Amino acid sequence: MTEYGMLIDYEYCTGCKTCEIACKQEYERPAGKVGGVEVTEFVHTLPNDKLFITNIPHFTRACVFCAGRVKQGLTPACVKHCMARVLTFGKIEDLVKLIPEKRKAILWTKG
Amino acid sequence: MKKDGVKIIKTTTWSPGPGCHGGCGILVHVKDNKVIKVEGDPDHPWNQGRLCSRCLSMTQYMYHKDRLRKPLKRVGERGEGKFEEISWEEAFDLIEEKMKKIRDDYGPESVIFHQGTGRDIGGWISMLAYAFGSPNWMFGLSGISCYTPRLMMMSITQGDFAVVDASQWLEKRYDDPEYKIPETVIIWGQNLPATCPDGFFGHWYVDLMKRGTELIVIDPRCTWIASRAKIWLQLRPGTDAALALGFIHVMIKENLINMDFIEKWTNSPHLVRTDGKIPVFLKEKDIREDGSDLNFVAHDAISGDFMIWDTTAQAYDKTGVKASMDGAFNITLANGSKASVKTVWTLYKENAEQYTPKKVEDITWVPAEKIRQAARMYAKAKPGALHWGLPIDTIPSTVPTSQALNHLWCLTGNLDIPGGNAIARYAFDVVTYPYHSGGAILSLPPEVMNKRIGIHDYGCIKDFRAWAQPDKVLEQIFSGSPYPIKGMWIQTANPIACTGMEPQKWHKAIKKLDFTVCVDLFMTPTAMLCDVILPAATFLEKDSLKAWWVPLNAIKKVVDVEECKSDIEINLELCKRFMKDFPFPNTRVLFDSLLKSAGITYQELCDNTWMLPPEGHPSKPYLRYERGLLRPDKKQGFRTPSGKIELFSSWLEKWGLDPMPYHEEPPYSHISTPDLFKDYPLILATGRRMGPFFHSEHRQIPWLREQQKEPVLEIHPDTARKYGIEHGEKVCVENWLGKITVKALVTPVIHPNVVMAEHGWWFPEKEGREPSLFGVWDVNVNQLIPMGHEGKAGLGAPIKSMLCKVYKAKG
Repeated sequence: MTEYGMLIDYEYCTGCKTCEIACKQEYERPAGKVGGVEVTEFVHTLPNDKLFITNIPHFTRACVFCAGRVKQGLTPACVKHCMARVLTFGKIEDLVKLIPEKRKAILWTKG
Repeated sequence: MKKDGVKIIKTTTWSPGPGCHGGCGILVHVKDNKVIKVEGDPDHPWNQGRLCSRCLSMTQYMYHKDRLRKPLKRVGERGEGKFEEISWEEAFDLIEEKMKKIRDDYGPESVIFHQGTGRDIGGWISMLAYAFGSPNWMFGLSGISCYTPRLMMMSITQGDFAVVDASQWLEKRYDDPEYKIPETVIIWGQNLPATCPDGFFGHWYVDLMKRGTELIVIDPRCTWIASRAKIWLQLRPGTDAALALGFIHVMIKENLINMDFIEKWTNSPHLVRTDGKIPVFLKEKDIREDGSDLNFVAHDAISGDFMIWDTTAQAYDKTGVKASMDGAFNITLANGSKASVKTVWTLYKENAEQYTPKKVEDITWVPAEKIRQAARMYAKAKPGALHWGLPIDTIPSTVPTSQALNHLWCLTGNLDIPGGNAIARYAFDVVTYPYHSGGAILSLPPEVMNKRIGIHDYGCIKDFRAWAQPDKVLEQIFSGSPYPIKGMWIQTANPIACTGMEPQKWHKAIKKLDFTVCVDLFMTPTAMLCDVILPAATFLEKDSLKAWWVPLNAIKKVVDVEECKSDIEINLELCKRFMKDFPFPNTRVLFDSLLKSAGITYQELCDNTWMLPPEGHPSKPYLRYERGLLRPDKKQGFRTPSGKIELFSSWLEKWGLDPMPYHEEPPYSHISTPDLFKDYPLILATGRRMGPFFHSEHRQIPWLREQQKEPVLEIHPDTARKYGIEHGEKVCVENWLGKITVKALVTPVIHPNVVMAEHGWWFPEKEGREPSLFGVWDVNVNQLIPMGHEGKAGLGAPIKSMLCKVYKAKG
């Protein structure tokens, strides 16, 4: 899966953590154990005193890019259920092409 | 569909389970008669394949070890936690015997039928109450402060409800050529991504933002969506009416209103007498001896004569006229005396004139210049829309506040247009949950309905919605006057942990009654006090249907979980026992009867899963007031007394309330109660939404609870410093009514003068028996909020704007 990656359009991540639960359901992971993805909220007071909230979904070592689902032609469970639709899964070369049209994005790869 | 022995079934969400107001299309994976996975249905236009964390946790919910699986009968003292399992037959027999005894001894009105928020229950619990013969169907939140005030105000102002049009009536959604993306949406008091309220999916706003919608967010807290807004207005809780009137002031002054729309579709030219103590409409009967009380009077700018607005004909009694919008006139009445009158529009402008941005800044803390900017941005948007939230209901001034906000979309002509505020009716006119006094499955004779608690106290309780007024109910449980209350049927509600303000009083009240039943899925602090507990099914274990706006959805039974029964089946069985000739032998017959207006059977609905109303149907937008689709007589206009949008309200006048919007100071504040404010210098707001939980639910669901272990109090860093409070430490929140101890969440998102406490907390893992009741008394913030402070209309309560002090907890 090294040629695959996840493009995270984090500008619109609302921090609902649906991705975390979608992953836990898919792999029946018990509470208390980390799943394939976690979301962290940052509350920043910008230099102009404006408050700004950013949520970043980030993937853990437990993420397997839902290889089984992908093989069946499905998207990873987190991508499918993301309420804000900020996750795009695909080949890195295709995802890179999408970056210019994204306002703010992170490309996550497994190396 | 079958694959590896896995069957996939399409259905629709609605509580119980995710708890919420539902509407998402889902695919349920079932193996060996057990649900193994739940996913979003990509073909459903509502959620388009997405699904939130509460629904994705359904397997943990359904098969939870603590789930109630058999009926329970209390065998110890109330609250002692001693219950014995009984069969359904025994449970039904016991309930029938006890409730019939109360009915025989005291009358059917002595039993209260108590529900919680907008779950799949309104139709079925009112059916049970009426089959039993009681008019006292109740939602227990003080002042019925959840959507009912806004629904009532929309209903009397524009004859119909409305919600923001996020293309939910169109199968192709945002891509439908008929749809327009709103240029600007005001989100007034709601943290949308954390909630799906009022027949609306919160994340539709993220879809709209990506498509170019700009936001104005009005909230004392900087939520994620507020931080993404073009303009964020951080107002003082409970002063929303003043802010809306400030918008109206600016819009009128700068001519940013849609005058063509106002002239044509509002009652602005109608005349109001201004010579009495309070302004009242001038009616035809006032100027003609044989005149009607239903017809209004206007002034013809062409001839200078007065003329009659005939509400039956929906026309003036003269042709070739042009109604004067502005002016003050003297008129001779039928009895020969003189009266001074003004047009509604003149009075309306005079009213708005008082709310200058400077004055509004003083009331709301929102800078005058920002008020102007926001008013301009909204009024200039084509289309513009306004989304409002629960904080508009949870204040005692909810009526004038809802009215002012409703006027904003009317003054700009954004009503029932693509991307504006679209009129929302039940899809295909199918009523599963009646939001006004009509539409219930059964009915009671007027002399019985006349005993409904609150009906003689408040006009809008009498005329608008068939609920008993909860503050008056609680009072009557203790007073026994005018008749005693002896029993309570509690279903989809947890008043001790959630809906009950001053839960100390609800606790005493429930324990005082002769017989109480609680229908729920888990043992709760409320169920612990009851005599019989019935185990309810989740939405995956029951057949039902949903028509909360659109689409019309089927809810299909997928599996059974032990002996759990659906709320509908429970109520239907008891209806048969309580009512001779109860007309529905089973749920199928009942559903088919409810679906008559759609012209389909329940089986046909199940085959389709969801259906959107077709073009030309009154439950499908747009511009229905122009097309004669809103009124029963098929004439253009609205279902209001005048047939127009009423900027000066006939109904409010009738109920003895101020017919135009105004600012009312919250009952507890530095202005209203300066002495209390000295001791309790912080504004206490509650009720903000918590993503993983729906109100008091889900604290026992492992995947959800791990996201938040315990309740927090949001407090600003400056305020925390002032009181020596560190992030993460335990603090006491206290006022003259009570005290709780919770964890401080020190965060700049909250206004320094406000603290935000979470509601609905209890700990399923703690001791359930009294006095603990799952630790509810340590953390339930409602102990700091009074009952009996409902607004002047019987609606609204001071839930968003109490006073408190905060200090470090000992030890």
